Amino acid sequence: MASAEARRMRRRVANAAMLGLTAAATVLTVSVLFFILGYLVYQGGSSVSLSFFTELPKPVGEAGGGMANAIVGSGKLLLIATLTGVPIGFLAGVYVAEFASPVPAFVLRYATDLLNGVPSIVVGIFVYALIVLPMKQFSTVAGGVALGIIMIPIALRSTEEYLRSVPKSLREASLALGASRATTIVRVIVPAASGGIVTALMLNLARVAGETAPLLFTALNNRFWSRGWLDPTASLPVMIFTYAIAPYPDWHRQAWAAGLVLLGLVLVTNIGARWLLARRRRAGA
Amino acid sequence: MSAAPPTTTPVMLSGAMRAAERGLAAPPATAVKIDVRGMHFYYGAAHVLDDITLTVRANQVTALIGPSGCGKSTFLRSLNRMNDIIPGARAEGRIRIDGQDIYDPSVDVVDLRRRVGMVFQKSNPFPKSIFDNVAYGLRVNGLVSSRAELAGRVEESLRQAAIWDEVKDRLQASALALSGGQQQRLCIARALAVRPEVLLMDEPASALDPIATQRIEELIYDLKTAYTIVIVTHNMQQAARVSDFTGFFWLGKLIEFNRTDRIFTAPGEKLTEDYVTGRFG
Repeated sequence: MASAEARRMRRRVANAAMLGLTAAATVLTVSVLFFILGYLVYQGGSSVSLSFFTELPKPVGEAGGGMANAIVGSGKLLLIATLTGVPIGFLAGVYVAEFASPVPAFVLRYATDLLNGVPSIVVGIFVYALIVLPMKQFSTVAGGVALGIIMIPIALRSTEEYLRSVPKSLREASLALGASRATTIVRVIVPAASGGIVTALMLNLARVAGETAPLLFTALNNRFWSRGWLDPTASLPVMIFTYAIAPYPDWHRQAWAAGLVLLGLVLVTNIGARWLLARRRRAGA
Repeated sequence: MSAAPPTTTPVMLSGAMRAAERGLAAPPATAVKIDVRGMHFYYGAAHVLDDITLTVRANQVTALIGPSGCGKSTFLRSLNRMNDIIPGARAEGRIRIDGQDIYDPSVDVVDLRRRVGMVFQKSNPFPKSIFDNVAYGLRVNGLVSSRAELAGRVEESLRQAAIWDEVKDRLQASALALSGGQQQRLCIARALAVRPEVLLMDEPASALDPIATQRIEELIYDLKTAYTIVIVTHNMQQAARVSDFTGFFWLGKLIEFNRTDRIFTAPGEKLTEDYVTGRFG
């Protein structure tokens, strides 16, 4: 039965081709990450030293110097972003998941997705007009608010998704014990979803940490320490931008180092968030 | 143990024989706890329960039997208004508990649910510790004023649910680490903690193995001295083992409601007789 043989051969070839294709795509995806990481280590590894984390940038021509102000600046920006964007996104997510009827919920979700699609540079212009112009200066607060606005859609959607994923049986158990709806949400639903919500928050933070465009005309940049919250501030992404397009090789090396540090922080946050989630899942279930 | 149903034989006897074996006299005529008259229930346009009339007596176990999908669970959930959370659900007619219509607009649903507790078919402990599960109802309703009192009430409920000895050394462990039967007894303890007057049980042992089922049934028998219990079950032998009164539901109608021994030995309706002798269902 030659045709049966031929069919079997064809099936085997098709299977192998599919496996090969999908495996190659996977390897390509993962290797891009490792390639970027490897290249950053190669280019910037030698410039990452203790002084990178502790010293201010030195003028061109002088050796050494670091980006301590940029690291602290990024930290301050992310703090303000979390304080402004996360509560709004979280509470709105609770509303959409628990209280909104189907049509308003759809509209809110759609509007959130549209907000998510707004280019980050446009968010920057918006905050420029809203905060920088009235204040007549660039500030950490403005940069933080811009990043916060970018955080809102993801905070809302992830909160809503994780709240919805809490089994209905837990809700019913709480109501059957004489708990009101609000109590059920606060004491059962949100705690049950908290693992996922915190993870999503950390991933959100890691993503926003690398946003450069909105900071260009809100927090601007700063060669020195930024005092308080109302001064312009340096941040890692903007420093990378500034140093990379400059013509000095010394600055290029520093830019590579900054890229490595930024990616390292993002990776640590991502891995830490997932590890926390896995640990909670194992402990709870 | 008080006059418990025979627990040693593993063979499932027919419902009629078990009822006779218990040798019960007629269950004492206690006060009427729940009075249902002409109740209809709709899910949107679907007419799910048709003209239900029955009485549940205090400190007795009332079983609701019938094939799957005939409205027993829907009826049970109407007694503590859990159906309110389903959009499009509507009840008509009168359901009175202790003489008060529970669908009256002035009734506080949250308080009703504290007085009429529920145990679900699939155990649903919160992802919290064993202690926090049982304490939840007490904390949420503000029923205790000190930590010592809280610990005392938690222990009392766990003892009532016959699970204290198994968990007393690990009250802070997660409730989800317990076995299925233990989780269900924990849910019973949780429901008992708020000291309800009525306990509604929706097929509480259907997801459990025979040993765990037996323990739950013994528990129900012991609990009825303090509580009024309404249990939905599609297991006829279970109904015969634990209940004093039985209602037979079929396709949304209450075909017959009587003392359990009568239902199983001398049913009035042909349909009931066909069901309890296993001719259908």
